[in-house]
Amino acid sequence: MSFLQSHAYYIGAFGLVIIGLFIVLAKRNLIKVIIGLSILDTGINLFLISIGYIRGGTAPIFSRPGIEPAGMVDPVPQALVLTAIVIGVAVLALALALAIQVYRHYGVLDLRKMREQRW
Amino acid sequence: MRSIVSLILLVVIAVGFGLALLAIPFGAAKTEVGDHYTANGREDTGASNIVTSVVVGYRAFDTLGEITVLFVAALGLGAVVATGSRGNDRREIEPASLVLKTGCRLLFPLILLFGAYVFIHGHVTPGGGFQGGAIIASAFLLVYLGCRGRRIGRISSTVAESLSGLVFVVMGLLGLTVGTGYFLSNFMPHGVLNQVWSAGIIPVIYVAVGFKVGSELAGVIDKLVEETG
Repeated sequence: MSFLQSHAYYIGAFGLVIIGLFIVLAKRNLIKVIIGLSILDTGINLFLISIGYIRGGTAPIFSRPGIEPAGMVDPVPQALVLTAIVIGVAVLALALALAIQVYRHYGVLDLRKMREQRW
Repeated sequence: MRSIVSLILLVVIAVGFGLALLAIPFGAAKTEVGDHYTANGREDTGASNIVTSVVVGYRAFDTLGEITVLFVAALGLGAVVATGSRGNDRREIEPASLVLKTGCRLLFPLILLFGAYVFIHGHVTPGGGFQGGAIIASAFLLVYLGCRGRRIGRISSTVAESLSGLVFVVMGLLGLTVGTGYFLSNFMPHGVLNQVWSAGIIPVIYVAVGFKVGSELAGVIDKLVEETG
């Protein structure tokens, strides 16, 4: 099996992380930086889930008789990501509220122009 | 210049992580912890959903910490909004169209019901308190979009949030005194697998988590609407 086939999930998830990091580092608009943080968050969640995946595994729920624990995916990363998504939403809302306050105070959302202005 | 430097940095990070990821085979066997949880989760906690038994059973103390993080984020949002509020230059709210208003009135109770279903059945089906709470918050978001001008009751949402947080801690303390003597121990009878009344304290705690997450996220939406409205 080729590298791309066996690592497609890692490449996709880590690609999202790289895209998010690039936005955070390179963009000047504060709203775009927050969008980049959100993409970064999504990439990390996908990455954690894909680490716990087992080829051909079922969801870790004993919903009907006859399901064996051996054929299940790892429940620990799923439990981590479950809470991380909800916390990510709250942190995103906090960042957006801070951006609103920054816009009220400086009148710009551009990070570079913000630095030039008097505090 | 800045984007070139950040691109170089990202290439370095990508190569480093790529080399590390080569050593982690995709789709291979899980960790020993995961094996232990899937093999013993049913006997230990009585929940057929192993993710739930990890979140509220084995790692319930961590979940208490996560709830606290969520609470602090919502509190910080409230503090940020409160310090910068300008007061009375509120714009006039444009009323929503008839379709949106009718759809919101029709869907709001159904979404609440679905959210309640998701967090009540968190230990037998996919779902749980966090997901159900998010669904309930989305119902409140629909109200803010459709029936503009309506707000959730501040006091009732604070009471729901505080009571559900208290239920979580009190269940943990009861486990300390009644049960086997450690915080958040599952002292109630486990019951029959795959039934709603099973898994001891897990459904109780997950319902509390659902109320807490729902009221907190609805409060976040309320504060953001107040900030921009």
